[in-house]
Amino acid sequence: MIRQDVHRIDPKRRATIDPKKRQFATPTYKQQDYPHRLNLYDTPPTAEITLEEFEQWAIDRLKVLAEIEACSYRNKTPADTESHILPLLAKFLPLSSNTASPNGAADPRLKNERQKDHYSHFILRLAFSATEDLRRRFARAETMLFKFRFQKDDSRERRAFIESLNLDWEPVSEEERNQVAENLLAATPALRRVDEETWYKVDWEKVAELVERRSVFMKRGKAYVPGREQLSMIMAEFTARLERSLELTSRALPRLDEDDRLTPILNHLSKNFGSAESVYSEGEGHVDGAAITASSIDSLSQHFPLCMRSLHINLRKNNHLKHFGRLQYTLFLKGIGLSLEECILFWRQSFKGKTDDEFNSQYKYNIRHAYGDVGGDVNRRGRGYPPYSCQKILGDNNVGVGQAHGCPYRHFSVDNLVGLLQSTGVHDKEVLRGVREDVGKQRYHIACNRVFEWSHKTEIKKVKEDGTWSQADLDTIVHPNTYFKRSYLLKTLAKAPPRGEA
Amino acid sequence: MPHSVSSASPSREDEELPDAPVESATETGGVKLEDMFNDDDDEEFPASSAQDVKMESSPAPAPASAAAPGPSGVDTEVMLAFYQRLFPFRYLFQWLNHGVVPTKDFGNREFALTLQNDAYLRYQSYPTADLFRKDILKMNPSRFEIGPVYSTNPRDRKTLRGGQMKPVSKELVFDIDMTDYDDIRTCCQKANICHKCWAFVTMAIKVIDSALREDFGFEHILWVYSGRRGAHAWVCDPRARNLPDDRRRAIAGYLEILRGGSQSGKRVNIKRPLHPHVNRSLDILKNYFAQTTLVDQDTFASSEQAEKLLGLLPDKSLNEALKRKWESSPDRPSTSKWADIDALAKTGKSSTLNTTTLRDAKQDIVLEYTYPRLDAEVSKKMIHLLKSPFVIHPGTGRICVPIDPRKADEFDPLSVPTVMELLGEIDAYDAKHPAGTQDAEMPDVEGSAVNGSDIKGTRKLQDYEKTSLKPYIEFFRSFIANLLKEERAVKREREETAAPVKADPMEF
Repeated sequence: MIRQDVHRIDPKRRATIDPKKRQFATPTYKQQDYPHRLNLYDTPPTAEITLEEFEQWAIDRLKVLAEIEACSYRNKTPADTESHILPLLAKFLPLSSNTASPNGAADPRLKNERQKDHYSHFILRLAFSATEDLRRRFARAETMLFKFRFQKDDSRERRAFIESLNLDWEPVSEEERNQVAENLLAATPALRRVDEETWYKVDWEKVAELVERRSVFMKRGKAYVPGREQLSMIMAEFTARLERSLELTSRALPRLDEDDRLTPILNHLSKNFGSAESVYSEGEGHVDGAAITASSIDSLSQHFPLCMRSLHINLRKNNHLKHFGRLQYTLFLKGIGLSLEECILFWRQSFKGKTDDEFNSQYKYNIRHAYGDVGGDVNRRGRGYPPYSCQKILGDNNVGVGQAHGCPYRHFSVDNLVGLLQSTGVHDKEVLRGVREDVGKQRYHIACNRVFEWSHKTEIKKVKEDGTWSQADLDTIVHPNTYFKRSYLLKTLAKAPPRGEA
Repeated sequence: MPHSVSSASPSREDEELPDAPVESATETGGVKLEDMFNDDDDEEFPASSAQDVKMESSPAPAPASAAAPGPSGVDTEVMLAFYQRLFPFRYLFQWLNHGVVPTKDFGNREFALTLQNDAYLRYQSYPTADLFRKDILKMNPSRFEIGPVYSTNPRDRKTLRGGQMKPVSKELVFDIDMTDYDDIRTCCQKANICHKCWAFVTMAIKVIDSALREDFGFEHILWVYSGRRGAHAWVCDPRARNLPDDRRRAIAGYLEILRGGSQSGKRVNIKRPLHPHVNRSLDILKNYFAQTTLVDQDTFASSEQAEKLLGLLPDKSLNEALKRKWESSPDRPSTSKWADIDALAKTGKSSTLNTTTLRDAKQDIVLEYTYPRLDAEVSKKMIHLLKSPFVIHPGTGRICVPIDPRKADEFDPLSVPTVMELLGEIDAYDAKHPAGTQDAEMPDVEGSAVNGSDIKGTRKLQDYEKTSLKPYIEFFRSFIANLLKEERAVKREREETAAPVKADPMEF
């Protein structure tokens, strides 16, 4: 104990170890101090914390990240997001600037805040590095959080922080600036006077988007970037570094010293990331009491979201679906509670043109695989893949010829989309106009929710009046299975007292 | 298995049927066995022996087949002689290898060969210059292309799991092709070129070259004549070679000013003030516009083209006035028409005319008619293949020689040597200097085996030095020497910066 402390306090003693004995020595680490409010999370934490802190800090950060992600899903304006997030940040993850205390960065309160921020980030890194999807979402949410804080930061501290980063940005001297002033003016859009800005010389590769648009002055491989582009450059740097280290973390994860106290916490954390949002937990889409069998799919399909509706229509029309369409649809059906046997039966009956042999040899395995009935250990243990979320479906950007999967709002041309909507009974001009507008602004999920709200408007009104459903139950839908479940429940509720359906 | 047959007969066929794969099926060797394995032979024999025959028989050409040119237009025998005697394998190796000792830079580099029967072989790679030469001589391709360096040997790609083989680096390349200029050149169409329209390539080289050097700081840019009607650029700086695709796209976007197809009307839409790159390009292109577009091409002479020109001008009433004037004198040359624009504008016929908009429109027109038309897709992807320097263009027989960008004006595509001329020059030289008179003290090396990549220590004149290919190869050599010099400097630097880190633990 004491020896270890000695090592920690005096980092210079590191060098006293004989290099030959180095591999047997106790590792020693540099003590972290936090001179700045912001952190690019380059150095992993090394000090000890309690298990409770480990869990609590991570959960606190997770709450903030989940809310940030939710705001972006709901397309809130920056101002809305800010008013929503600020109180949460103050509660769960306060991070004060140096000016908040008379002692500056030395104040223990600031230090604790920064330590919590630092540690919780790295704990979540461990929890979210496992899959590509989680990594991407985590990096996105963290970048948004960082941006949020960066913009709120005191301008002097921000400059000090940037200077501490050693980003290879060479400030342009006044003399040089005056020499190239004319070029700077010509190259940089929306600039009136050269001396309004501080200029930096950076390797052009770092600002490739600016180069591509030809909106930066270039000289011998260096781009002359005005200070106001700093934010986007820092963001790019932050995301790039985070993605790189998440990738590294994920590779190191299997070799993590197995600690049976931490692993359950980490697993628990990654399961709960944005639980309100697109991560689908098993059984979530199941509807109690609904008889879901192969023969009932046809009648149930009226509750399906448009992506699945379109797959179903295609399947009935062609008696066939291509691979990714089958996969998307099978997983959805699994999500609504169709059992494996019924699902195989459903596909068997749907593929009218195929013989039993063809079906068994070409299609059956994939269905069983999707249910986790066959395949590798991981697949079986995880019961196959989870049903696709809207984000996943929207993210598929190459739906090819003859393929029917994907999101109609995103992957169909507007005219085909409107045609499809009309064929499913959406005729209201106002709704269709709204959909066109949403799709034009690339707000696909808003369009989908708009259609949902329209086609269930009487039921929604009723449950709101009853008070049986709270606003939380009627949140924006970001998962096809949520769409089905909500639609089914609303319609059956409405049916209980005899009332005609739309 | 019929292997016993095939091992015996090809050697015989070599003499009898040098270049007739079709007939080899009817070849009468080992009658009994052929009857026994009839179907096997019919399928396998011609396919496998056809190549062997061509390759091994060529030192002793058979007159009957030599007369028939291959599908490419250049005789296969001539092609082989070129690879044997003239092609600078050693320099090509050094260029791609960035050093003398073979490294992954060369070993994992993809080559794609187009064979004489138009088959296309991708993912070829060679550990050393000698093996490279040997295989090229064996395959005798009509041309070959160079792709990227991969993370593993491209020949092993089938043994790897999907996605394991990734492109790691390649020169940043640009491709200028005369066909993209067809709507603005009046002298030739399609594959033809003359001195008049080569000027378009010259100005493209100047604009792109100066942008790459001055803006991006690249220094090792190799320009190569594509053999017929275009030019390629290979940017060989280490920094350029390692660019990922999105950065390549950024450069392509930076250099692209003309957007849209020929149907989309005005293709130049740039903002003011002009970006320094555009400004510099405009300075370079102004004079060319005056000479090439207005005089040599006389682009606006036809009423159709004049109409198009008017479409690019901003002011309606000015256009009306110009149109009347030009219709009254149908043979008015482009230079006068161009001058008319300013002349009429000055007379103040149009009240709505804004002088700055007119000036901008005129600048746009100059760019539209002279700015380089790049095939941007080539530059954007690392995996794109591009024809190697010094191969023969199969259509014209001309060698793809390097162009010195400092002397781009002097380059004449029509005087680039063809392979037939070069072989003739060797013969002429050898006839003038019979062996032994000049190089008596030199070790006697079998002349026909000597080529660019040959034995050290002999100072026997190499074949290329007897021909007009010599200056081009010398230029290539000095280009490589400069590249290697930097490469070595970079390596040394890396070692030097690495050294203190290594030494660190020793300092207590």
